[in-house]
Amino acid sequence: MSERLALRGVSVRLGERPVLDGVDLEVRAGEVVGLLGRNGAGKTTLLRVASGLLRPAAGSVSIEGRDAGALRRRERARAVALVPQETAVDFPFSVAEVVLMGRTPHLGWLGFEGARDLAVARAAMERLGIAALAERSILELSGGERQLAVVARALAQEPRLLLLDEPTAFLDLRHRIEVLAHVRAFAAAGGGALVVSHDLGIAARFCDRLVLIARGRVLAVGTPAEVLVPARLREAFEIEAAVLAGPDGQPVVVPRALA
Amino acid sequence: MSVLRPARLAVVLLGLCCVVLATAALGLTAGPSPVGARDALHALLDPTLGGPAADIVRGIRLPRVVAALEVGACLAVAGVLFQALLRNPLADPFVLGISGGAALGGVGVLALGGGLGLGYAAVPPAAFAGALAATALLFGVAGLRGRLSSTTLLLTGVVFNAVASAAIIFLASLGGMAEGTSIFLWLIGSLASAHGELLGWIALLLAGGLACALPWARALNLLSLGEESAEQLGVAVERAKRVLLFSTALMVGAAVSVSGLIGFVGLIVPHALRLVLGPDHRLLVPAAALAGAAFLALCDTAARTLLPGRELPVGAITALAGGPLFLLLLRRQNRRGLLP
Repeated sequence: MSERLALRGVSVRLGERPVLDGVDLEVRAGEVVGLLGRNGAGKTTLLRVASGLLRPAAGSVSIEGRDAGALRRRERARAVALVPQETAVDFPFSVAEVVLMGRTPHLGWLGFEGARDLAVARAAMERLGIAALAERSILELSGGERQLAVVARALAQEPRLLLLDEPTAFLDLRHRIEVLAHVRAFAAAGGGALVVSHDLGIAARFCDRLVLIARGRVLAVGTPAEVLVPARLREAFEIEAAVLAGPDGQPVVVPRALA
Repeated sequence: MSVLRPARLAVVLLGLCCVVLATAALGLTAGPSPVGARDALHALLDPTLGGPAADIVRGIRLPRVVAALEVGACLAVAGVLFQALLRNPLADPFVLGISGGAALGGVGVLALGGGLGLGYAAVPPAAFAGALAATALLFGVAGLRGRLSSTTLLLTGVVFNAVASAAIIFLASLGGMAEGTSIFLWLIGSLASAHGELLGWIALLLAGGLACALPWARALNLLSLGEESAEQLGVAVERAKRVLLFSTALMVGAAVSVSGLIGFVGLIVPHALRLVLGPDHRLLVPAAALAGAAFLALCDTAARTLLPGRELPVGAITALAGGPLFLLLLRRQNRRGLLP
């Protein structure tokens, strides 16, 4: 089964206002798909639909070929993990405890973590380079470190589809590359990932395909070189931009003025 | 990697059980006429034993100690649950005004129910209904979706409590209760007139509340990541909130119907436990039941013995301890920039 996520004709309304309007989107195993668009274009709503938090008014959402609405919570949580833009934690849980929360859909009915849960959580923290922070309170971490812990939590969930909502918005450059490299590694191991990003450079560098949306509709789907062209950018972002060729041949967008 | 294991849970809870027994023993032996531990034990074990010591232990102190244990457990667990559900460590049934709603229900039935032939047994259900109504009102007013800000918490709590106190005094005047000290004891919180015949019911409500809450203890941990994250990890968030708010109303109603408005137990106990045991609710919820029981039994013994020849309402003692702690927590939130 190569298809991790498929949206067909998905529409969502908030009151009278259509937020998503007939969206088609696919994420296949092994690929990282970037989701681009202006604020309010419907990106976060799309992720909420894909993660099963929101039922669309029309259209279908399937996860690994199965109707998302028919999946049990626990099944869905084993298949899909979501990294929100920002996670505010209210009590002084340790980083290890937060990462172990990702094991929830795998636990037995008593809800205690077993040896395998601990091993998976430890491996996730090591992969993200935060093993040294395991015993620290999540409240004492910087925003970037906290986000790495949340990504580790999502990996500890052992999902097959990873949804990330601007996961690097509050991170410095090094951490941005680090997080995206982990998403790539996740895809290389057979997972599928859908990443919302405002950073076109990062998106072009790390995504196999890009989906450009505006006002709830898909404007363009394709490789970074196909999607990141001046005409599309004018339409989606209402800016004038030049697109240059980067050192690896990937497009580099240089914003110049308002359209 | 430090993580909660069943063995640690068992050891901590067993230790707290010993603390509960110790505070109960102190409550049974200490007082204006001290009774030796051995005599107290004999009086408990042998119901046929007569004499003034046995009468004091069985007839006066035992119901009072049991009431303190039950009320303390109810209030502390309700505090933990409110804090996790509202995602604010300042939440407490008294501060939020939920206890006020419960007291209003209880006093209402006492003041007006006489004509309907309702006796004291009608107080717990009425207090439960009052707590439930206050909870619904809180959610309605705050338009609650996720975290309750400290500003909203404080404002709604102040208003709820003021309105509840005024309505209680009004109802009491209507029902001719205002002459005695009983209304004063409802408002300040005391175990001096705890009705022994209610204690079995209160124990049942406490057990019911705990039975509702404990299966959701791990879900409470996840809720502190936010409702969407918890939902995405497989928690049925709406069901969790409904069940847990129902169980807080059960426990607050139970506590208030024997003791009136004892404040801050739900703030002090969870806060102290979190410092020592960490924030994991699988441990925190049962530990709060035991520690809350011990804490209030200790406070009530202090209330009976601090001033020779007279008695303080226990609510005054918990408020004197809890008020400053509340301000301290508020200041810490302020510094961390978590307000409003």
